[in-house]
Amino acid sequence: MLTRYDKYRKLKSGFMSALAVFCAILVVLPLILVFFYLLKMGVSSLSWDFITQLPKPAGEEGGGMANAIVGTLELMGLALVMGVPIGLLGGIYLAEYGGGKTNAWIRFGADVLNGVPSIVWGMVGYILAVVPMGGFSAFSGGLALAFIMVPLVLRTTEEVLVLVPSGYREAASALGIPRWKITYHIVLRTAFKGIVTGVLLALGRVAGETAPILFTALGSNVWNNSIKEPIAALPIQIYYYALSSFPDQNNQAWAGALVLIILVFLLSATVRFLTSRRSKI
Amino acid sequence: MNPVMTSKSFAMSDTAKSASAPVPATPPESSIPAPAPAAAKSEVAFDIQDLSVFYGSHQAIKNVNLKIPAMSVTAIIGPSGCGKSTALRALNRMHELSPGARHTGKILMKGEDLYGPGIDPTVVRRRVGMIFQKSNPFPTLTIAENVLVGLRLNGVRDKAFLSRRLEESLKMAALWDEVKDHLNRPGTGLSGGQQQRLCIARALAVRPEILLMDEPCSALDPIATAKVEELIHALKSEYTVVIVTHNMQQAARVSENTAFFYMGSLIEFGPTEQIFMNPKNPQTEAYVSGRFG
Repeated sequence: MLTRYDKYRKLKSGFMSALAVFCAILVVLPLILVFFYLLKMGVSSLSWDFITQLPKPAGEEGGGMANAIVGTLELMGLALVMGVPIGLLGGIYLAEYGGGKTNAWIRFGADVLNGVPSIVWGMVGYILAVVPMGGFSAFSGGLALAFIMVPLVLRTTEEVLVLVPSGYREAASALGIPRWKITYHIVLRTAFKGIVTGVLLALGRVAGETAPILFTALGSNVWNNSIKEPIAALPIQIYYYALSSFPDQNNQAWAGALVLIILVFLLSATVRFLTSRRSKI
Repeated sequence: MNPVMTSKSFAMSDTAKSASAPVPATPPESSIPAPAPAAAKSEVAFDIQDLSVFYGSHQAIKNVNLKIPAMSVTAIIGPSGCGKSTALRALNRMHELSPGARHTGKILMKGEDLYGPGIDPTVVRRRVGMIFQKSNPFPTLTIAENVLVGLRLNGVRDKAFLSRRLEESLKMAALWDEVKDHLNRPGTGLSGGQQQRLCIARALAVRPEILLMDEPCSALDPIATAKVEELIHALKSEYTVVIVTHNMQQAARVSENTAFFYMGSLIEFGPTEQIFMNPKNPQTEAYVSGRFG
């Protein structure tokens, strides 16, 4: 038997549930819109040539972005190698070892760094690497992206490590296991998926960054042979082609954006698949 | 003095020095390597001398003197917040993991000062195992890996030895028959009672001399509780067990001796029967008869 109050309560509950579902849809909607729009605009220029050929000179039909695709992967790899160890170890320090005051300052610093506009990181990379090395290079591009990754990885690592119940640390301590082994074998393993997710998010973020690599990696129309030379990357290529006055290049920019989003998606899916299997001690 | 120290000694290099320090009331076995579990009934496992423990400015334990006998079960009872868990944790230096913890006084384990200079708390904890209120098998490890993790992470690699120790430990924890066919399943897939016995097997696998239990049954159903209590009974022929419990019937069932703590002080210590049937202190009497706490 429903009283009037019960009806009102059910109505309220139903309204709030509907609101939550609506907001959840709103969150995913841009991704769906962007993806389908890119698909519509880019798929016509997407071809085998596009992912295997070098760019053709402006005005010529055809050609592709093979060097930019590989370049983006290379820049992500460089950023990963330079940025993740620092962010990871810093996060471990914050969660497992650091004391209150120092931690508060490091955390504050990391949060400020997370808010620094990416174009500033381009300038930092320019001053720290491009100028001393005497030219644009893949290395300085990777460095600029690593700067962006460090605070992101640091904060997510800290957050997932703090979520590991202290009971596991206590249980391991009570077995007479040294502290660094507890951190490495118990705490990090328990938080492994969360850490990987954090690294992936950071990688996905830097994969699409344009400004920092514009000032450091520069972009290129040929294959890159050395990390000391300029390198092409999808965001830069998309940027140049989108501004181009040749319709063929405009279309290729759409295809490039589509490839970039698929790349990030594939990376995310692969790593998730690999980490879904249990890790052994 | 015995110059040959086994690896069971706390201070690997410092033992001779600490053993020759003028410590009164220390029996001569202080310099003897940790004895085999077949020790005399009357032996003292822990000699707690004037122990106080502080967390910051809060004093959790106040000047406790207590001799915990070896090869038997000692229960620590008392109302919430009386310091019984802290007292237990002081026995393997686990309380030091809490920020701001410090202590005064001494705890001698078979004559050796647990807090002596140069004594590594990690080594203390290898000799004094601990079971917690909430069972906590490591979620990334299988049943077998959970049991062996203490040995493996302390550098034991001998496969034959490990598989023997795995079976022994699970049998001692009365879990072998239930899990022997799926040792490679995750430890967290077991039931609550099984998980707690897995944790006991994990603690036993490193062969501690003493086992501390911090309300090991408070999260278990009556049947699982009965199993763990049976296990405690079986363990006391080889181990010294110190158990903190909220459940007075449990203390009465499993222990030989009982210590009653109140407001951080040890109020009364004696044979369990006497504490429950004929307490000397009126506060003890009030607590065990259920008038407060």
